[in-house]
Amino acid sequence: MTKRPGMLTRAKGAALPVLTVVAVIFMVWYAAAAILNLPWERDQAERAKVEFILTDALSNTMSQERPVLPAPHQVAQEIWKTTVQKKITSKRSLIYHGWITLSATLLGFLFGTILGLALAIGIVYNRAMDMSVMPWVIASQTIPILAIAPMIIVVLNAVGVSGLLPKAFISTYLAFFPIVVGMVKGLRSPDTLQTDLMRTYNASASQTFWKLRLPTSMPYLFASMKVAVAASLVGAIVGELPTGAVAGLGARLLAGSYYGQTIQIWSALICAAILAASLVAIVGLIGRIVERQMGFAR
Amino acid sequence: MSWGLIIGAIAFWLGAWALNVWLANRFPASRIVRFFVPVLFGVTLLVLWEGIARGANIPPILLPPPSMIWTKLTTSLDILRADFVQTFLKSALAGYGMGCAAAFLVALAIDRSPFLQKGLVPVGNFVAALPIIGIAPIMVMWFGFDWQSKAAVVVVMCFFPMLVNTVEGLKASEVMQRDLMHTYAGSYWQGLTKLRLPAAMPFIFNGLKICSTLALIGAIVAEFFGTPTVGMGFRISTEVGRMNIDMVWAEIAMAALAGSLFYGIISLIERAVTFWHPSIRS
Repeated sequence: MTKRPGMLTRAKGAALPVLTVVAVIFMVWYAAAAILNLPWERDQAERAKVEFILTDALSNTMSQERPVLPAPHQVAQEIWKTTVQKKITSKRSLIYHGWITLSATLLGFLFGTILGLALAIGIVYNRAMDMSVMPWVIASQTIPILAIAPMIIVVLNAVGVSGLLPKAFISTYLAFFPIVVGMVKGLRSPDTLQTDLMRTYNASASQTFWKLRLPTSMPYLFASMKVAVAASLVGAIVGELPTGAVAGLGARLLAGSYYGQTIQIWSALICAAILAASLVAIVGLIGRIVERQMGFAR
Repeated sequence: MSWGLIIGAIAFWLGAWALNVWLANRFPASRIVRFFVPVLFGVTLLVLWEGIARGANIPPILLPPPSMIWTKLTTSLDILRADFVQTFLKSALAGYGMGCAAAFLVALAIDRSPFLQKGLVPVGNFVAALPIIGIAPIMVMWFGFDWQSKAAVVVVMCFFPMLVNTVEGLKASEVMQRDLMHTYAGSYWQGLTKLRLPAAMPFIFNGLKICSTLALIGAIVAEFFGTPTVGMGFRISTEVGRMNIDMVWAEIAMAALAGSLFYGIISLIERAVTFWHPSIRS
């Protein structure tokens, strides 16, 4: 993800266009819901041998029990019902499931960041590691880890590791890559003039690292952490699929698809989206505060 | 537990690592070394894996040694080929083609309207960060169990990263260059085909590369939600259930190979198309 200066000022100018686009998306959603759900209404009318009245049928498409595509307000109602009106400890509360996914996400994100940082430091300071590890780091991402997720979960379960950790491993695998790539770039971003200055100060390698390389890499770190946190949420959700729909947002998706509960699928999906957006926003906010404290002119 | 194998593997690892360090510091610019060092590193990982898996008597159900995976891979080529055709050629490639083409055309269309750009790019960035893979069950419900539903997931997954990258790329030409086209009285299409699209190519290929890995992931994961009895995702989830872990690893090796080749081919095309870019010329 590239960094753009003046994100805040741009955001203000973009409010109207963004709102327009979002409004159009909602209109398309409603229209699609009407079109996709209409055949079922027609079927019902035929079966009940009553006259098919288009206007009635259209209004019915907005409130089917198991619609092909639920209307936005149905999803919103379901989310409201399963977050605010249910007790948090209840198995049907989305907050309960969301928390399970979130905890795996955060743990995986933490591991991924640490692993990514360690690899990046090794790559920057050791030429042999740069030449041998870097190509494999890139190759590692062409392996569809999400596809291997079920095996990792099942195998780790067999050795007795279950619950949070297996999911966190998958998140880690997805999260470490953007960190490595971003931080290798970031740790190498000080220019020759600056590294030469450190040399004239007779700074040791660790001093150069703590006082020059690490501070200059902060914008890169936060840019890649934004990508990484989104990726680790995906990892946690997919990690929940093979455990047989026990708990978590991924489990809600799977259970919904088994029982044809489209509204449940969509509400879990929207919740995951909200979660992803807030995580990215929080990391971005922390990044902005840190960068301002450190005096990066933006 | 046989310590000989483990110690041998570790000794091989240390030796290879020392050789790599020596090579990397001695001939940092040599092309052969640049190729040899990562290959040796990969071989070392395999040797270490084999040595530890055999030496520590790890049950093959947990972690089969590479040699066992290789035998499984060579003896079940028929199944692997069928899965490859179903998942990669039908679902992933079809979805990838449609998704990237659609995103490219939409990017060209909204490029003419700054208003749409300002609105769609933040939304696109937002959607690109979402766990889109979650729409898989919905798509299976809409398009059925066969490859069409998987392709649909891949289309949605590829669309937004490609859109955002193409829109970025179309802005990549400089004002000076566009002014030059203007002074030549170049039409919109001439400006597009002769200046802005070539300038956008690095960005477009970046999008294509991101989507290439997403496509395979999307196709495989979508198969967990329902599929005919063929396909990489189907095979992985059923063989895990039957504890045939070596078959799962063979399928993974296949997927990794297909993914790497796909990525490599796109990189090769990129090198040919964007030969003028500083990152290629250096």
